[in-house]
Amino acid sequence: MKLSIPGRIFRAFIILVTGLYLLGPLYGMLDFSTKPLGLEGGRTLRAWTAIGDNPDVASSLIASFSIAIVVMLLVFLLVVPTVIWVHLKLPAFRRPMELICLLPLAIPGIVIVVGIAPLYRWISINVTESPVSLSGVYAMLILPYTYRSLSAALDLVDVATLAEAARTLGASTMRTIFGVVMPTIRSGIMSGVVISLALVLGEFTISALLAFDTLQVVIYLLGRQDGKIAVAVALSALLFVFAILFAIPTTKRQRVILDADVA
Amino acid sequence: MSNSAYVQLVNLSKQFGKVRALAGLNVDIAEGELVALLGPSGCGKTTALRALAGLQDLDAGQIIVDGKDITFMAPNKRNMGMVFQAYSLFPHMTARENVEYGLRMKAHRTASAERSKRSGELLELVGLSTHANHYPHQMSGGQQQRVALARALAIQPKVLLLDEPLSALDAKVRTQLREEIRRIQLEVGTTTVFVTHDQEEALGVADRVGVMKQGILEQIATPSELYERPQSAFVAEFVGLTNPISANVSAGNAEVLGVRVPVVKGSIESGKGLALIRPEWFHVEASSSTNGKIFAVSFLGSTCRLTIDLTDGTRIRAQVPSSGASNLGIGASVNVTLKSLPVFVKGA
Repeated sequence: MKLSIPGRIFRAFIILVTGLYLLGPLYGMLDFSTKPLGLEGGRTLRAWTAIGDNPDVASSLIASFSIAIVVMLLVFLLVVPTVIWVHLKLPAFRRPMELICLLPLAIPGIVIVVGIAPLYRWISINVTESPVSLSGVYAMLILPYTYRSLSAALDLVDVATLAEAARTLGASTMRTIFGVVMPTIRSGIMSGVVISLALVLGEFTISALLAFDTLQVVIYLLGRQDGKIAVAVALSALLFVFAILFAIPTTKRQRVILDADVA
Repeated sequence: MSNSAYVQLVNLSKQFGKVRALAGLNVDIAEGELVALLGPSGCGKTTALRALAGLQDLDAGQIIVDGKDITFMAPNKRNMGMVFQAYSLFPHMTARENVEYGLRMKAHRTASAERSKRSGELLELVGLSTHANHYPHQMSGGQQQRVALARALAIQPKVLLLDEPLSALDAKVRTQLREEIRRIQLEVGTTTVFVTHDQEEALGVADRVGVMKQGILEQIATPSELYERPQSAFVAEFVGLTNPISANVSAGNAEVLGVRVPVVKGSIESGKGLALIRPEWFHVEASSSTNGKIFAVSFLGSTCRLTIDLTDGTRIRAQVPSSGASNLGIGASVNVTLKSLPVFVKGA
């Protein structure tokens, strides 16, 4: 339906206000991070070039991305097949599974930290001190988001019939899950994975309290030494996460799935 | 139990909670035969088909195909092609990729060139060679079911299973596809089980039709035998239209509307009952000695459907050729008798 002229003006106004609301702080961060110290005029990239010179930033970036990659692998290889399995084979267990997956939303971060601190103390002493060990607790924290996006994608199509069709054509259970069901709900999986990635890269509380130097912790520590470098690091991390979020291949695939279901 | 049967469903039982879906179902199907399982919702026909495919566990019973007991065999090892009621094409694959899917699996693995050749032939067979590179969302429901049929046939199944494949389609496409399924089945010669609740569909395509009720087979016979010689009141009333008319049964015959006709197997053996008469078995003529009056007339093309009130208060529906119905208008007094055909008589 074509909008009237006042409607179009209103729409443009809303987009403009929302854009300003979202971009304003980013512009403020860019402005702050490129202003020279003291009363000098002009602009400087000192804070941005200092990112590369600070070894903590590079190591925390590597640590955070390593955690993100391990978490993504856990999602792909453990969470996705489990949710599909429950959806297909144990439908009666869907409700309890949903409740279990939503628990991390209901439990405050500090409670989780207090609960797992002894475990991480043991891991630090006996296994590894690497921040990558945070992948386990992060994989649990992102369950509400991955579960919801997977469940929504599974509800969009009749995966039970697709799985049965694949089975009668000779596919094993694993081949059915990885070759038929997962490609069919690819958009849901990608959404869950990327949202999880964004959450992992942005998590601060648990890593700070467990004394791991992840990206967010290093940004915080930098902010206490040099606010401009901290803002430059935060802005670059934000832009990176935005780039990932915009890269989610949703629309086209979802249209394919939806149209096939309703044709 | 026939030894020549290619598919044998022996005493199949399945209970879902308090509902008994299969209560000792026995069916024998010959090689190359198309058998339709017909019945109302909840009669167990889909459960039987799914059990045959290996998608449904059984409480008891045995499934034998080609002399081999497959009761506990996994569905991916059974070599059964299945077409589902819901469109079941893999949405991320083209029509050709869908058809070739089964041929990539370990059980039916085929070389790439052969796979491509066979998918081409099958898409040609179902009239969709021009749609080979289309995705499911680019095809209509009828086209999707054709591709699903080609996909099921690609693995050269021992038995082709059709689970109400036409029920999601509109009436015109349904009729066309029904005829195509029969043509393709005759060309390929695959033993086929077709589950439907639509009697026209079942009678139109099947070599034999099995009518199911509450988990058991009431009768299995050719479409004409099922229609003309039903062996139970349920079959007579479920397949086609019937008019219950008072009848007196004795010595294998029934007296209905003053005419003595033979009774079919399964009828009551003596005494008063209700004969179940097909609309086209009535003989209706305008006459001075009358036993009924026409209440309504419906023109159906080559035939006319007459609603007649008999003098005893019974209202019947008769079907007569349109060519002889010019003097059979509303309100006309008529004499209704019966053609001398065997009838089913149930207890009153």
